Amino acid sequence: MSVEIKNQSNHIDESHSHPKPMTYFKVAMALVILTALEILVFYFDWLGYGIIPVLAFLSIAKFAIVVMYYMHLKFDSKLFTYVFMSGLILATVVILWLMALFGWFV
Amino acid sequence: MTTIPFKLPLNIKLYRPVSPTGVWGWLTTVDHKKIGVLYGVTAFIMFLTGGIEAMLIRTQLIAPELKIIAPEVYNQLFTMHATTMIFLAIMPLSAAFFNFIIPLQIGARDVAFPRLNAFSYWAFLAGALIMKSSWFLGGSPNAGWFGYAPITTATFNPGNGIDFWIIGLQVLGVASLAASFNFIVTIINLRAPGMTMMRLPLFTWMTFITAILLILAFPVITVALIELMLDRTFDFNFFNTKAGANPILWQHLFWIFGHPEVYILILPAMGIVSEVLPTFSRKPIFGYPAMVLAASFIAFMGWLVWSHHMFTTGLGPIANSVFTLTTMLIAIPTGVKMFNWLGTMWGGDIDFKTPTLFAVGFMSMFLIGGISGVMHSFSASDYQQQDTYFIVAHIHYVLFGGSIFGIFAGIYYWFPKITGRMYDEKLGKLNFWIMFIGQNLTFFPMHWVGMQGMPRRIFTYDSGMGWAFWNGFETIAAYAIAFGVLIFVINMIKSWTGGKKAGDDPWDGRTLEWSIPSPPPVYNFRDIPIVKSLDDFWHTKQKSSNSNTKVKSKTKVSDIHLPQPSYWPLLVAVGLTIAGFGIIYNLVFTGIGIGIMLITVCAWSFEPVNEPDSH
Amino acid sequence: MSDETTTGLSHRKLLIWVFLGSDCMFFASLIGTYLIYKGSGVLHPGPADVFDIPTTSVSTFVLLMSSMSMVFAYAYLVRDDIKAFRIWMFSTIIMGSTFLGFQVFEFSEFYFHDDLSPQTNLFGTTFYALTGTHGLHVTIGVIWLGIIFYSSLFRNTVTSKTNLDLDLAALYWHFVDIVWIVIFAVVYLFGTFTGFPSS
Ligand SMILES: [Cu+2]
Repeated sequence: MSVEIKNQSNHIDESHSHPKPMTYFKVAMALVILTALEILVFYFDWLGYGIIPVLAFLSIAKFAIVVMYYMHLKFDSKLFTYVFMSGLILATVVILWLMALFGWFV
Repeated sequence: MTTIPFKLPLNIKLYRPVSPTGVWGWLTTVDHKKIGVLYGVTAFIMFLTGGIEAMLIRTQLIAPELKIIAPEVYNQLFTMHATTMIFLAIMPLSAAFFNFIIPLQIGARDVAFPRLNAFSYWAFLAGALIMKSSWFLGGSPNAGWFGYAPITTATFNPGNGIDFWIIGLQVLGVASLAASFNFIVTIINLRAPGMTMMRLPLFTWMTFITAILLILAFPVITVALIELMLDRTFDFNFFNTKAGANPILWQHLFWIFGHPEVYILILPAMGIVSEVLPTFSRKPIFGYPAMVLAASFIAFMGWLVWSHHMFTTGLGPIANSVFTLTTMLIAIPTGVKMFNWLGTMWGGDIDFKTPTLFAVGFMSMFLIGGISGVMHSFSASDYQQQDTYFIVAHIHYVLFGGSIFGIFAGIYYWFPKITGRMYDEKLGKLNFWIMFIGQNLTFFPMHWVGMQGMPRRIFTYDSGMGWAFWNGFETIAAYAIAFGVLIFVINMIKSWTGGKKAGDDPWDGRTLEWSIPSPPPVYNFRDIPIVKSLDDFWHTKQKSSNSNTKVKSKTKVSDIHLPQPSYWPLLVAVGLTIAGFGIIYNLVFTGIGIGIMLITVCAWSFEPVNEPDSH
Repeated sequence: MSDETTTGLSHRKLLIWVFLGSDCMFFASLIGTYLIYKGSGVLHPGPADVFDIPTTSVSTFVLLMSSMSMVFAYAYLVRDDIKAFRIWMFSTIIMGSTFLGFQVFEFSEFYFHDDLSPQTNLFGTTFYALTGTHGLHVTIGVIWLGIIFYSSLFRNTVTSKTNLDLDLAALYWHFVDIVWIVIFAVVYLFGTFTGFPSS
């Protein structure tokens, strides 16, 4: 892991690198639309197992948008991304591996 | 006592203590060195209690069909012995070094969050007291250190023992998590100028990796313990097989935590050995980047092997094969470390002081433990070894011959730095040889009785089984270990009170902690050092030995701002303890404890901040 | 000691991110347990018997909007527009509390109306434990935001200079939101989807 990040913008003047409230509003609308899509596809019974990738895609998209914009990881030091992602990826791997061991994918 | 007033919401006025002395000074301290000493002394006392438990176990097994200790008590003894040694001795002894040494090695004046650090210690003490108080409050936990559910559920295990175990571990978990968050931030963010990650001393690196493992592994056991607690206290169904629960779930959650935990136990010792060997071989560590990489790889692979503890639960051939392979893979980076230590010593001008002896003892014992580990990494042969004394032999070679020897090497190595005095070399060597021989005579025969089929965790055995001789032998040898530890205690007390003055740099050390006085002043470094290379202090000494010019410090001691003492960390831990006991006895106290915690955490956060708290 | 840190990043911000990474493993264990037990043991009442997707969709929407309100509060604080900051802060707290209100309503509905208690079956056990833990996180978040709001109203200590205090609370708040995004998809939608071919 590379943690040699020098002199990132300090928290005082972070406001310059931060998006404007309008961007935040657009992000919120995107979240609402994605959630609406989730609920919509939920009522399409004919999707069958196809619902799994669709739901996964939509919720990961929501997750990523919140993390990138609202938690401003996109604009912050990469170190925060590494720290958070190592926990997140490990969490995902452990859940998937557990499910495999309990016979979910056979 | 002087205090600084500060205001809370609702205009409550409180005071922050300023440089208190005596007992009050220890209770409110936020100095990482004092906290390190508190950790070390407390954990060593716990190590002794765990040792007493071990001696009782061995005494019961000295001959077949003995009834010195009742079976119920025996179950509590082996559970408490393992829990104590893992959570109350090895982990906090490592934490003692993290506390004392890390800020010194990275050239910092304290950790990133001094008050959080104090809280870690008080929470550890609280967890230790909760766990150990079970002996006096109606019986200790009795289901092994892994507490397999459903055997630990209320149906099969009524009484309070398991509750003490759950709450004790939960509180210890809080302590370890807080400490690890603190050390991760400290190591990333409080390095002296020029101290890049690849110039960090290896002990600091191992601490960093250990802390990362810990913050990722402990949440899993926390959840497992919450689930068990909900089952026992509120009749949830997580491990209730009547409701269709899967009895293997606990094992999975436990070992997802449990395997990284073994690296949490061994990596700090590896870090200590990686400091001791270069110093006493008078050579830089061999293959520094490989050491870092190997440890990172071990830490990563540690997540992919947990089911090797569960080969006999019937996971099926595919899962068993996969976990066999991933487990065997870990032997590779471990081997890399072993060869690098050998490479460090190779051709070196080795000075066999006590720390060196313990470090070499660590290498040889850990090697044997590692090899027997590879033997049961193979699932087919594990079927033969599972739950026998072979496993007991393995774990003691790894954790006693490994972790404890490493920690003893560290205690001897840093003793002059911590106390300012030298230990007694003769007693130290005697201590090593008795412990080393005792360790081998105690634990090596366990391989044999294990192969002959002697199961773990049985309170006695039949005289016709042919295990009697070696068991008697092991017990006598175990007493020798106890004698070795006694010599160690005598050495420590004698040297701490009357040893000769050590000087700043008795070993001609390589890392920054040796560049400051022993014991270090409260502010550690008068001037924050500027680091230009790995082992910078060593290179500086080599250069300046010709010119012999000592740069005079420009910093006035009175200009150095240090974090001030605080009593909130202690009070939060008190709240935590009350809340914990509440879950065992009466939920009203849990409410009171949580209330105390809420109030004290608020007060803590409103306390006037000062450097370096304020970042 | 100088204000400089090695990386130039604040200790506390680094701390909260490390904590959130660790908290991922915490929720992963709970979600893992939920999934492992999905569809085992006593089956009724199960997810399809108790969940009311429209109601939960509304509470999901409220929590999403609280995240938006949170970023507004932060954006106005760094511009030192204290009045706007207080308004958005207040609305965040109200929406957070509304979400909790929904959860209380949902739990009592399940408990009293559908006879689903944590003791009933594995679904009850894992559902209440997972969503209850999430609810606890939201509660802590509301208290945290409440303290900051109180400090702003009655002590006037919240300004752009102390925006880091709010930043940390906000990061925690958004994290609680993304955990809910996962729970909503996995527990609610995936859990009651009726289109899977029956085998
Ligand atoms: Cu293991």
